[in-house]
Amino acid sequence: METSFALTGKGYVIVAADTTAARSIVKMKDDQDKIKELGSHLLMAYSGEPGDTIQFAEYVERNIRLYQIRNLYPLRPSAAASWIRRSLAESLRSRNAYTVNLLIGGYDLADHKPTLYWIDYLGTVVEVPFAAHGYGSYFALSLLDRWAIALTRGRPRRHTDILLRYHNPEATLEEGLATLKRCINEVSKRLIVSPDRYKVKVVDKDGVREVEL
Amino acid sequence: MQAQVQRRTFKSGMPPVVDDDDYHCSDAMWGSLAGFGSLVKGVPSFVIPSVPDPAAFLRLHTDDHADPSCKIKIQHGTTTLAFRFQGGVIVAVDSRATAGSYIASGTVKKIIEINPYLLGTMAGGAADCQYWETYLGVHCRLHELRNRERISVSAASKYLSNLVYSYKGMGLSMGTMICGWDKTGPALFYVDSDGTRLKGNIFSVGSGSTFAYGVLDQEYRWDLPDEEAQELARRSIYAAGHRDAFSGNTCNLYQVKEDGWQFIGNYDITKLHYDWAWGGSW
Repeated sequence: METSFALTGKGYVIVAADTTAARSIVKMKDDQDKIKELGSHLLMAYSGEPGDTIQFAEYVERNIRLYQIRNLYPLRPSAAASWIRRSLAESLRSRNAYTVNLLIGGYDLADHKPTLYWIDYLGTVVEVPFAAHGYGSYFALSLLDRWAIALTRGRPRRHTDILLRYHNPEATLEEGLATLKRCINEVSKRLIVSPDRYKVKVVDKDGVREVEL
Repeated sequence: MQAQVQRRTFKSGMPPVVDDDDYHCSDAMWGSLAGFGSLVKGVPSFVIPSVPDPAAFLRLHTDDHADPSCKIKIQHGTTTLAFRFQGGVIVAVDSRATAGSYIASGTVKKIIEINPYLLGTMAGGAADCQYWETYLGVHCRLHELRNRERISVSAASKYLSNLVYSYKGMGLSMGTMICGWDKTGPALFYVDSDGTRLKGNIFSVGSGSTFAYGVLDQEYRWDLPDEEAQELARRSIYAAGHRDAFSGNTCNLYQVKEDGWQFIGNYDITKLHYDWAWGGSW
């Protein structure tokens, strides 16, 4: 079932989403790209109600592009996340709300920080070090909590170290991808009808690119 | 003059409309629809029942699971399939129409000939598919007249997908494959009334789709010769006709090639059964 993950590290954000398009019990497609490249340094993974997902993602894509055309510079990730959240929040009170959950990963060229936003269809936005949507999140979030601790050098000394330092912003891309693989393997191991293929994209100072796991 | 026109139309409770004679488009408006006409008359829309919740109204009269005695029974069970391969696109469907447990017809044309280069398949509501795919054909023709070239399969399928998406939640029921040949070669898209639109090589839609996939996926190759591809499609529809109570009667087979679609034939599924099961020894 639909699952997406994202995590930040030293100077990058990894965004991953499964590639299956299902209709009732049938897998109609197994190479669907559910991560839109909204700009040179911005990624958006989308999941949710079929139809709404693509309509909303294309709406966002075009509007983010329009902003860049009008202003000659792109929206920064935080501003893009705010605009997208507002679009969802306004849609929520309409007759036909978009039922779409998002992960927005971007690299802010102004302050050189990788940023990740978790957004749900109700219009909740949170900036987080790692995130997941779908059934996979029930397995991956706890794993990421723990693995982020394990990746910090040495054991936490004080109790508060766990709270303060659970996320390792210094993890290299290799470490980040290794953690992502752990998430995918855990979901494959424990979730019934788990997706078997994922598309993985990375955004860092050089822009967005796809990586093979 | 302009002010007068506006006052007149406001009075009737309609949104401001400018008479055709008075209308000449502003510079800002020009080309805003890329030659697709003007929005001055507003976006064309459909008449819907004048009840508070049209979708609930429709559901009340069509949902035969909740109420078997409901007045309108929508045709549902079907098997349709299409696949892209070396020789173009093969499209095959069954021909049974059921309304509840009753076989309403055994000779339904579930492949809709949109134009000489485009085919649409019919699963879900027969009326919805027939009407909207014919409507799609009108717009494909208008595209040709306006742009002096044929519409791509991608654009045609997206037109249909955007159209049904605008009616989402209002009771449309369709699962269709738009098949054709354009500048990019053979093309196949799946479009349904949720608003899903997928590009792919193999699709099957309808209650018998699982049975068709079961046969199709085993034997499918890109470099299948034309004869074998047609046989595989027939065999897949037969499998669905055999196992699915809501599919059967006959199989209609089409192939789309570079110069447009061709009707290959209509095959009696019962006859196929006895031909194959008894090695044609009857």
